[in-house]
Amino acid sequence: MQHKFKKLAPIVEWGTLLLTTGLVCFFLCVILYDIFTKGYQVLSWEFVSQMPTDGMTQGGILTPIIGTVFLTLITAIFSIPFGICCAIYLNEYAENTWLTRTIRASIRNLSGVPSIIYGLFGLALFVQALNFGTSILSAGLTLGLLSLPYIITTTEEALLRIPRSMREAALAVGATKFESIKDVVLPASLPGILTGIVLTLSRAAGETAPILFTGAAFYITNSSGNLNQEFMALPYHLYMLSTQHQSIEEVRPIAYGTALVLIIVVFLMNLTAFYIRYKFRNNEK
Amino acid sequence: MKSKLVAEHLNLWFGSKQVLKNINIEFEENKVTALIGPSGCGKSTLLRSLNRMHDLYPEARIEGHIKLDGREIYQKDVEVTDLRKRVGMVFQKANPFPKSIYENITYGLKINNLVADKATVQKALEEAYIWEEVKDDLKKPATRLSGGQQQRLCIARAVALRPEVILMDEPCSALDPVSTLKIEELIHHLKKKYTIVIVTHNMQQAQRVADKTVFMYLGEIIEQGDTHQIFNNPQHETTRNYISGHFG
Amino acid sequence: MQYKKRIAIDKIAKIIFKSTGYLVLALLGGIFFMLLYNAIAFFLEVSPLDFITGSQWNPTATDPTYGILPLIVSTSIVSLGAMLIAIPLGVGTAAFISEYASPKLKTILKPAIEMLAAIPSVVIGFLGIVLVGPGIADLNNLPNGLNALNGAILLAIMALPTIITISEDAIHAVPQTYREASYGLGASRWQTLRKITIPAAAPGIIAAVMLGLGRAIGETMTVLMATGNAAIFPKGFFDSVKTITATIAIEMGEVPYQTTHYYALFAIAIVLFFMTLVANLIGEYFINRFRKYHAA
Repeated sequence: MQHKFKKLAPIVEWGTLLLTTGLVCFFLCVILYDIFTKGYQVLSWEFVSQMPTDGMTQGGILTPIIGTVFLTLITAIFSIPFGICCAIYLNEYAENTWLTRTIRASIRNLSGVPSIIYGLFGLALFVQALNFGTSILSAGLTLGLLSLPYIITTTEEALLRIPRSMREAALAVGATKFESIKDVVLPASLPGILTGIVLTLSRAAGETAPILFTGAAFYITNSSGNLNQEFMALPYHLYMLSTQHQSIEEVRPIAYGTALVLIIVVFLMNLTAFYIRYKFRNNEK
Repeated sequence: MKSKLVAEHLNLWFGSKQVLKNINIEFEENKVTALIGPSGCGKSTLLRSLNRMHDLYPEARIEGHIKLDGREIYQKDVEVTDLRKRVGMVFQKANPFPKSIYENITYGLKINNLVADKATVQKALEEAYIWEEVKDDLKKPATRLSGGQQQRLCIARAVALRPEVILMDEPCSALDPVSTLKIEELIHHLKKKYTIVIVTHNMQQAQRVADKTVFMYLGEIIEQGDTHQIFNNPQHETTRNYISGHFG
Repeated sequence: MQYKKRIAIDKIAKIIFKSTGYLVLALLGGIFFMLLYNAIAFFLEVSPLDFITGSQWNPTATDPTYGILPLIVSTSIVSLGAMLIAIPLGVGTAAFISEYASPKLKTILKPAIEMLAAIPSVVIGFLGIVLVGPGIADLNNLPNGLNALNGAILLAIMALPTIITISEDAIHAVPQTYREASYGLGASRWQTLRKITIPAAAPGIIAAVMLGLGRAIGETMTVLMATGNAAIFPKGFFDSVKTITATIAIEMGEVPYQTTHYYALFAIAIVLFFMTLVANLIGEYFINRFRKYHAA
């Protein structure tokens, strides 16, 4: 008996770990299966190319798609230059002073601040103090702030991978520090920086909490593309359709379709990031 | 013989640690001077102070004088980028830019507002004994070259700027014997035009390439003189022990 | 004068880079002071003692009450429930990936975890409504499944990628020599994992759990959509709960600016800020300990 258990034990133990891993994979599969099978039924060219009509019970989701694209663009325009410049400062210029350490600690803490608090900050700063109102600009800037710490961290990681000798090579032929960064360090770290940017933006595109009260709208019929207008966005649209709509059951298929499109958008961005990383690694060899 | 580059009473600290102690040395024009000594003796540090490479690291502090053609290089009005153009550098590990072979040569020329045409590139590559091997692949990334080729490309990159002095920091330590030999030949050929300072771990190499040899130990210059004399008739006990392989 | 121009550009660039560094400081400082400023405005009208000890959150009543206790209890129930599910699953999966999985299996599992991490929270919340909720209701004969358990399950799914990734790094970083020493004494793989590898990786695993917890506490959309948001004092996992994040999300959209209720939402936000900050700081402390320990 004792002997038999000893033989069985490793299998039981291995089985336990396999079970936990299996459960995690099961979750992922259930999520994807449910969204894909039910979302697929409504997915069509019309669905992504038509505006919502009849109080969102008919038509497609073109308006939220456009909204999400523009929102992510504003996020990118704001967060990318600031994020890269800050990472350059930290990695290339900053000395190890208390100030630098404080900045680094701030960045780490900022990436842990709940997204709803960014929403509050966006509301207080952009919507009210700067008087941008509830608008796509306010929401985009709020998401930009949220994205900033991630862009800084990933850019710094990419810069760190560039060996010191590369910077010295540029200086040794007479480049100024800025020229060495602009001409040698940045181009060499570009794939790493791009990977980080795409991953960060894919996360921003899926965020809902920060845009709840900075500019996302339940339903708008005309999107003039004005920066000071409210907008529809995919994640917010899904939230609305599944909890706030007056006929929730009726719009459920549209909700599934929206979820599927949102997931596809996010996954495509992730795949792009992995592709850049993969190509970069191959080139390095 | 004319002294091209002179260091006087040079002291250097990294933080609170003194790495160079009262260095006095003259590098003669169109001669190869080898800096030898055990790891951590300060030979690379001395080399890198000659083109102000330590400027990058705020923890480094320098006292004393270094003069290029009699002019102080650590003075405020010296244009450090111009200094580095005149005093070129080749590093321990070949570090070509992640650009094409052609751009590797033209980059330094362009930022210094010099002519960066095909003829200049060819001349530099020829001077570094690498033209024949790469002339059909100028558009290819420099990182595809072999280690020895990369190092010669880096020498070509330095030579392209028509420097007066070339500093070499253990240029062959990562290379195979054949590539090493090629670079040593190249050094012989380059000294006709340039003043060369080379840091090396390899005492045979110092004897093969250098006219003058400087032995350093614990941040000080113990002995300097003609290579032949240093290796065959060293005056100091420490030098004798080092070159006979007792330590280092 | 070309040189002077280049030097000038160099100097200006440095100033620009440096000022963005300060911007980040200003950002964190700005968030903190924004919360603080509005929270102080709240405490000028409502006593902090009532706020902390009050067992009722009902700002829209004719006699409004601002007790944060039910919200904190809600957040705690959901987050701790999530950890109860996520810790065994996460650490088990991390151990499996690091110690048992073949390299080929790893190349499937790791991207799968990243995929799970990439799913937007609103989609997870949606599944709480259409999938997990009805499931819980059916199994327990409840009218609906929008309760703390639902939220805990979803938050566990959201915290899992964080816990798995960081734990896996920690377990992977345990030097091979430890394991070899253990095998050398005749220990089995399982004994080695339990007695040697996991304890050695413990600081990293604690860090993983704390960062996962921080994420769960701060998560808004999933709990907003899946926990029912009833304004009652929750007693168990089958009760509907209204977390701090959900309260802000629901009420900020409806409240007029610069009223007591508006300020109250900032006051609970600052509590949330500190809760996540503490979780993250503890996590960071253990990550640093783990790094130091392995650098030595």
